[in-house]
Amino acid sequence: MKIKVNNKTIEANNGETILDALNREGIKVPTLCHLKNMMPTGACRMCVVEDVNSGKLITSCSSPVYEGLEVNTHSARVNESRKTIVELLLSNHPDDCLYCVRNGNCELQGLSEELSITERRIRGRKNKQPLDRSSASIVRDPEKCILCGRCVRICEEVMGVACIDFVQRGNQTVVGTAFDKGLNTSSCVNCGQCIMVCPTGALTEKNHFAEIKQALQNPEIKVAIQYAPSISISIAEEFGMEPGLDINGIMNAAIRKIGFDYVFDTSFGADLTIMEESSELIHRILNKGKLPLITSCCPGWVKYAEEFAPDFIDNISSCKSPQQMTGAVIKSYFIDKENIPQDKLYSVAIMPCTAKKFEGQREEMTQNGISDVDAVLTTREFVKFIKMYGIDIHNLNAEVANNPLGSRTSAGKLFGTTGGVAEAAIRTAHYKLTGKELIEFKITALRDFKNRKETKIQIGDLELGVAVVNGLANAKKLLDEIREGRSDIHFIEIMACPGGCVGGGGQPIKMDEEAIRIRAKSLYNIDDKESIKVSHKNPDVQKLYADFLEEPLSAKSHELLHTHYQKREVII
Amino acid sequence: MNSTKQYIIEEILSNPRKDFSNVDLVKELKRELITKPVIFIGTGTCGLGAGADKTMIAVKTYLKATKIEADIIETGCIGLCSSEPLMDVQLPGHNRVCFENATADKVEDILDSILKAKSEVKEQSVLCQFKSKENHKWDGIPDINDLAFFKPQFRIVLKNCGIVNPISIDEYIASGGYTGFLNLIKTKNSEEVCDLVEKSGLRGRGGGGFLTGKKWKFALNTSAEQKYLICNADEGDPGAFMDRAVIEGDPHRLIEGMAIAAYGIGATKSYVYIRAEYPLAIKRLNIALQQAREYGLLGDNVFGSNVNFEIKVKTGAGAFVCGEETALINSIEGKRGMPRPRPPFPAVSGLFGKPTIINNVESLSNLPFIIKEGEDKFAAIGTEKSKGTKVFALSGKITKTGLVEIPMGTSVREVLFDIAGGVPNNKKFKSVQIGGPSGGCITEQNLDIPIEYESLIEVGAMMGSGGLVVMDEDTCMVDVAKFFMDFIQRESCGKCIPCREGTRRMLEILEDITHKPHHNGKHEALRRFKGVTQLERLGKVIKETSLCGLGQTAPNPVLSTIKWFREEYEEHIFERKCSANVCTELRVFTIDVDACTGCTICAKKCPTDAIIGSRKAPHFIVDDKCIACGTCFDVCKFNAITIS
Amino acid sequence: MKQILEKYKEAERDSLIPILQEVQEKEGYLSENALVEIGELLNLPVSKIFGVATFYNQFRFQPKGKHHIQVCRGTACHVLGSANVLQELEKTLKIKNEETSRDGNFSLEVVACIGACGLAPVISINGEFHAKVTSSSIKEIIDNLKEK
Repeated sequence: MKIKVNNKTIEANNGETILDALNREGIKVPTLCHLKNMMPTGACRMCVVEDVNSGKLITSCSSPVYEGLEVNTHSARVNESRKTIVELLLSNHPDDCLYCVRNGNCELQGLSEELSITERRIRGRKNKQPLDRSSASIVRDPEKCILCGRCVRICEEVMGVACIDFVQRGNQTVVGTAFDKGLNTSSCVNCGQCIMVCPTGALTEKNHFAEIKQALQNPEIKVAIQYAPSISISIAEEFGMEPGLDINGIMNAAIRKIGFDYVFDTSFGADLTIMEESSELIHRILNKGKLPLITSCCPGWVKYAEEFAPDFIDNISSCKSPQQMTGAVIKSYFIDKENIPQDKLYSVAIMPCTAKKFEGQREEMTQNGISDVDAVLTTREFVKFIKMYGIDIHNLNAEVANNPLGSRTSAGKLFGTTGGVAEAAIRTAHYKLTGKELIEFKITALRDFKNRKETKIQIGDLELGVAVVNGLANAKKLLDEIREGRSDIHFIEIMACPGGCVGGGGQPIKMDEEAIRIRAKSLYNIDDKESIKVSHKNPDVQKLYADFLEEPLSAKSHELLHTHYQKREVII
Repeated sequence: MNSTKQYIIEEILSNPRKDFSNVDLVKELKRELITKPVIFIGTGTCGLGAGADKTMIAVKTYLKATKIEADIIETGCIGLCSSEPLMDVQLPGHNRVCFENATADKVEDILDSILKAKSEVKEQSVLCQFKSKENHKWDGIPDINDLAFFKPQFRIVLKNCGIVNPISIDEYIASGGYTGFLNLIKTKNSEEVCDLVEKSGLRGRGGGGFLTGKKWKFALNTSAEQKYLICNADEGDPGAFMDRAVIEGDPHRLIEGMAIAAYGIGATKSYVYIRAEYPLAIKRLNIALQQAREYGLLGDNVFGSNVNFEIKVKTGAGAFVCGEETALINSIEGKRGMPRPRPPFPAVSGLFGKPTIINNVESLSNLPFIIKEGEDKFAAIGTEKSKGTKVFALSGKITKTGLVEIPMGTSVREVLFDIAGGVPNNKKFKSVQIGGPSGGCITEQNLDIPIEYESLIEVGAMMGSGGLVVMDEDTCMVDVAKFFMDFIQRESCGKCIPCREGTRRMLEILEDITHKPHHNGKHEALRRFKGVTQLERLGKVIKETSLCGLGQTAPNPVLSTIKWFREEYEEHIFERKCSANVCTELRVFTIDVDACTGCTICAKKCPTDAIIGSRKAPHFIVDDKCIACGTCFDVCKFNAITIS
Repeated sequence: MKQILEKYKEAERDSLIPILQEVQEKEGYLSENALVEIGELLNLPVSKIFGVATFYNQFRFQPKGKHHIQVCRGTACHVLGSANVLQELEKTLKIKNEETSRDGNFSLEVVACIGACGLAPVISINGEFHAKVTSSSIKEIIDNLKEK
């Protein structure tokens, strides 16, 4: 059908909202509470447009198009309304932009600039709320919250956790947990997706700069750092380079320039994880162990299972995550080799994830009371670190990571995207069971961007059932099917975050689905070009077993690289 | 089944077109013929608040002591709340007589006066008598329809309130109830019902004023395997209590109205969403519903038709915003009562996603009349665009508080001064607030406007649910605006920014105008004056962009008082004075040095230590610290403190 | 509590508010345990139940006092002086809206219009209405209750 926008006729489709039609035409209308692919709530009123026929202001996010519709998107009346609404928000918002984590990347700041708000026309009392710093991963600052509700909806609809909701009423409304308790006692799984959709600094990650800087400055401490597979392809755009560009080598150089002593790649740990986990899978298949085997590398999923699906705890792999395996190996094998006393090595990890901060300090992830990993930085924090230390990314030469924990196969690299862990595991499991490599390494059935993918792989006589799911609400659906009796799946990869780790809660905040796809594509490109595509062919991993661990699932492996989880009593 | 019930079901209800008014049983049920005295006591919430329960005990004691046999019937509110408790006595063969202010201590005298009377009832509290064809008139007692309060009324919705036993389905049926509905489902289809209701001109009485029949058609024409009717009995407007009176006084009328509406839209399930603060209404409604079920008027295949219909009662939990349609729906669904964006409208996608019609209690209670007497008869009442009657709740500075039902088109002046007796205590009328927190005020100059939907909007007010709160010279209009804004702020759901944040800022501006400090620097005055401009600007944005009716109408009381009482605002801003003496913080307290004895009591009692002075020396109030609480004035034994 | 859970064992979300109302009716207020059990019964996250319960005025999270006083803040009551009555109550009982006195004898609640506007200002004590109260008559009423 045809509608008129700002006196120009444009095409519109039956059943779509005015906002959809406007976006397609490239006409930008400001929004705050809008979340793509979710039902509009009509809470912020920012997207109002003037309906010429009725003379009223209507919200474009929720109003459907109809034949004969005529709207003005930026009339004086509409502009004044939007400006007043933002001014009202600002009148109840802390005035500390310069000290805020989201300075420069805040939607409220952006709107204030777009609407040309240059004076304080509205003043009044501001709500006083305490900070919630109880969680290991996420910090809540209710004074900065504009009650858009995005976090509530993400937590409920995409994660199926719903640890937060609107509490109280009117101007006393806050987003809170049950009984207003700290986030750490709630059912929060630390996935950080709430941070990814928060338009202001109301939700941020726990910051660990201070302790890391202290370690760096201490001449007696050696600082080791590892970075997740997603990191090298997620930060280029933060420095003005092409999105998705793999700057692994430059990144190594940057890290050394900051002052880290040893640079490692978590993808090495991923290869190691595959060695252990594929053996575990085969062991369970051959010995009628608990199936399906479910991955354990996502700490958001693990906490979810402990709270919401304790009946699946025994299904979860006993393997630690690549971050933790790498950390454990650093603090045993590596320091032995280099003769570094254990208390003189500080281990940091860069992750696209906030839950990893929680994972790092878990009791299950310690050896004799010492954490495998001492501190975790999100991708966002890492980018800030680089800028803080004045590193000029554009003028660095590529370097290689330290050995022996610096080499990786592309199978390890695939961990960063949804379906990647499964692909890597299948490649090695096939070899272990048949002695032969897969003819086609690329398992395209697991490569599309859907929330749930399944496939069957023929490995000799065995038809291996594999399922991959991302977004915990989707995971629940699959788990329910298994509870109902489904038995054709042997291996499940569960990632809490939509798209897998490339869309993790620690990644740069953008509200752009396309960015996540570009990162995943980048990982697949690396896999295409890589010569060693299977974890079991990683020479350093082979050496690690030969020198130290003996073989997968050995006593030594179990001691360092495996752990157990148990039911968590929280209010859900 | 007892024989009365049997007769009613098998004869009256099964032959809904037949006239049974001459049957003896019917006359007995209508109390046109009685064999022993009947004592009626108005035990609606208003009556109980005035002591009707104690009256009841006194009556029972009296009857026991005098060994007189009489029936005691509890009724609802007839509407004359300022005269509660009301007690009526009907002797066999005589008209029923109404006594006002019948508190427990007066019961003996009242009952003596009538039970022992011959042709006259000599009692001070006699108010009126109810004429009837069959019975003798009392000398010297005016007919109820000749009283100034009742004469101009046209009682459709309130017809039975305060007169009948609300929880007697037999009485309701005897006076023609439910037969209209039963006849309707036999003779007309849903489409025709919507047409005739639209033709009647009935408009939503909850405040929206949308044509009821037209609204029904949206739901009727949306196909779905389940449709819902919801009766909105949330009545949250402060100053409105007509819905409560209808449910306490004549619940069967509402049930019949709901049955008619449900048939019109094709709904088989319905809810009455009633606020928790109305326990008596809830109790009587539940009893009436149970009776309706027992008589086969609710349930499957009502009286052999293919109409299935059931009503459930849902209690609100204390949220004014749940009177808004989509918030109400969310509340029934077990969620926070926050409104939803529209479209989709509830008529198309409402409760549980199904087509839902929400009608107000008063709208629904008009339907039995429209069906029985005909849509033309209803359309003949009122004005061209506003048909029928409207129930108004009168309160505030008015002589006769209570409920009145008047034809649309009656002037405000007639309601306030002719019907309700004007402003008491010789005070001057200032304004009347109409429409509660969504409405505006009507001033002296507009008193002659006819009461209709459009004419009220023209002067910046709104029909709303029909609450009329009268204000006199001792009311401060700025304080009234502040009161309503405070109410809105507490009841705002908090979902949308303009209402949540905007009304808060408006309230702060009003507080600034009515609070200390009370001396004026140039800047302060200018700042406050800018505040009024800010009120108008914010008000416009809030009205135009809020998500729901609560926010969209929230600025009305403020904008209305600014329009009609700008000089009061300016007096507060520039002179820091409140003529009505309501804004206590603007009062200036000074100690007369000649009268002050230095007793130090005021200094000791002052909560902010604002009074200084030594023993036996005149004291002094430090203006900056004084919060104008008035404690010193109260405790001073020497009248040494003056307030200006 | 057990009886209520049994009665509603097939219930879905639309029974949430009636359940909360019944629990508060029986226990006097909503405790943490009660909300957790309701969450399990209805298979709803407790944060949602807490969000619903805190939205509505009716629900209390602290037990009521022996004498629960509700002050109406409707228009008519306001115009006829209810603010003074409230102030007097707060002063005499030393508690504010939604609080219970330390000795558990009195609790105070400001409610939206009770609907008895013809008799404003109105207060209700344990459900019993008192009409046309003033700041002096309220003192007397409280004193009488204290003696009981």
